[in-house]
Amino acid sequence: ALLMAGSGSADPDHDDLIVNGEIDMIERAPAPPYVEAFDEIISGWSFRSDETQALQMDDFDNPGMLGVERARVMFDTPMGSGGQACSSCHETPEALRGVRATYPKWDEERQTVQTVEMQVNECLTERMGAEPLGYDSPEMVDMAALIASVSRGMVVNVAIDGPARPVWEQGRELYYTRFGQLELACANCHEDNAGRMIRADHLSQGQINGFPTYRLNNAALISVHNRFRGCIRDTRAETFPVGSPELVALELYVASRGNGLTVEGPAVRN
Amino acid sequence: LAMAPLASAQGVVAPGDVVFDDYGEVAQSLTGVPGNPEAGRTVMATRSLGNCVACHQVSAMADVPFQGNVGPSLDGVADRWSEAQLRGILVDADRTFPDSIMPAFYKTDGFIRPGDGYTGKAAPPDLPPILTAQQIEDVLAYLLTLHEN
Ligand code: HEC
Ligand code: HEC
Ligand code: HEC
Repeated sequence: ALLMAGSGSADPDHDDLIVNGEIDMIERAPAPPYVEAFDEIISGWSFRSDETQALQMDDFDNPGMLGVERARVMFDTPMGSGGQACSSCHETPEALRGVRATYPKWDEERQTVQTVEMQVNECLTERMGAEPLGYDSPEMVDMAALIASVSRGMVVNVAIDGPARPVWEQGRELYYTRFGQLELACANCHEDNAGRMIRADHLSQGQINGFPTYRLNNAALISVHNRFRGCIRDTRAETFPVGSPELVALELYVASRGNGLTVEGPAVRN
Repeated sequence: LAMAPLASAQGVVAPGDVVFDDYGEVAQSLTGVPGNPEAGRTVMATRSLGNCVACHQVSAMADVPFQGNVGPSLDGVADRWSEAQLRGILVDADRTFPDSIMPAFYKTDGFIRPGDGYTGKAAPPDLPPILTAQQIEDVLAYLLTLHEN
């Protein structure tokens, strides 16, 4: 019974996201059984304005695709002591199709859950004799955008069983922890209040199927961990570093909440 | 308000010393100095202070853009709640609404990973409450002007 003076409607819309007239995205899917708050999971795209939505519908309008193009060049550039490029082993970025849909993922050899960024640095340092990229450096975010882009339209299917389970549980714990002086958990905003307005922002379910996202406010591609840090900071809390075990666990958990949506990265957000 | 700073500082109830009744009400003024409603309105609209409009719509503040709807409209709150109830809600809303997502504006402990404002860095050891005692009284004074019609 709340009538808002001047603010827009609060519910996500039912528009259909088809990218480049050919990649038909799943913006709404039945919620996985472990997401008890919703019947339906909804892509962050459905919560944005028509203008912002339109930018994601065509690669020529999507500013995030410039990062993808930069990373394509990097993919073919020799780096490190072995003089190899990514393409020396992976031929084309398209050979990595499917990666984004299943990460973060348990790595048997390392006995740990790896994000796409960790996997890229593994190849750089251990296979190419190169320096690692900064976890949140522009080059890494571009590369993550390239790796996401070749999986667009694939259904997110992150594994949460087996050895990854304790990490997933740690992530779930973090999701429901009320951090900071404002004592707000991810769930307070993205479950309890999804669809409502918090000041000028239309709260989504906080899904990460669109990452890295190009944020118009920042005029830059933003990584998953950067976004998490921003949300934690906004609770007047001490954040966690990018690449930290906490944010990796949170990423695994949040990614799994999107199982059934499609990979959209690089998505466009305000 | 030409109070000597020393005198008013002595009259201030520290966050840990606030007395609540069983319903979360706080009867005693935190400062003994009457609140200034205009200053309270500013606190409510300011992002780094109360930022109440992030979650609440207030028709009398229509000049402040982008009011949220996470919490109920504050129109007419002065008719629904007493002064002591409203003070209690501002100091620590959890005492009135258990597990409320509304932040406690005059509390300094019990936080998980408190930060230094909105910097993302760790809080200093002597973390101040989000609002000062007088800012609470100022916001309260403004809320008490919000009658239906
Ligand atoms: C010398 C060979 C080599 C080079 C050069 C190389 N990689 Fe790899 N990469 C591998 C191998 C082998 C694997 C499989 C490892 C595994 O599955 O554990 C792999 C796995 C990956 C994966 C995960 C694939 C999956 O299915 O989980 C990604 C992503 C990746 N590489 C990206 C890159 C990028 C980006 C570069 C360049 C910066 C690069 N790689 C350079 C050999 C290489
Ligand atoms: C105080 C409210 C609040 C809290 C608490 C919060 N967020 Fe957010 N979050 C927002 C707002 C506002 C946005 C921007 C609008 C949107 O996309 O929902 C956002 C955006 C996001 C996005 C981007 C979604 C997209 O489609 O681009 C993700 C992911 C996210 N949040 C995850 C989290 C996680 C994980 C936590 C807890 C660590 C968290 N948020 C805590 C308010 C919050
Ligand atoms: C993060 C969201 C949030 C912020 C910020 C917030 N509130 Fe609230 N507030 C709520 C919610 C939600 C309720 C409803 C009580 C409940 O169910 O927890 C509420 C309830 C109230 C009530 C009782 C209203 C009624 O009619 O029942 C008052 C008064 C109030 N808030 C005042 C304020 C003031 C003043 C500020 C700023 C100094 C503020 N709130 C900041 C979320 C918020």
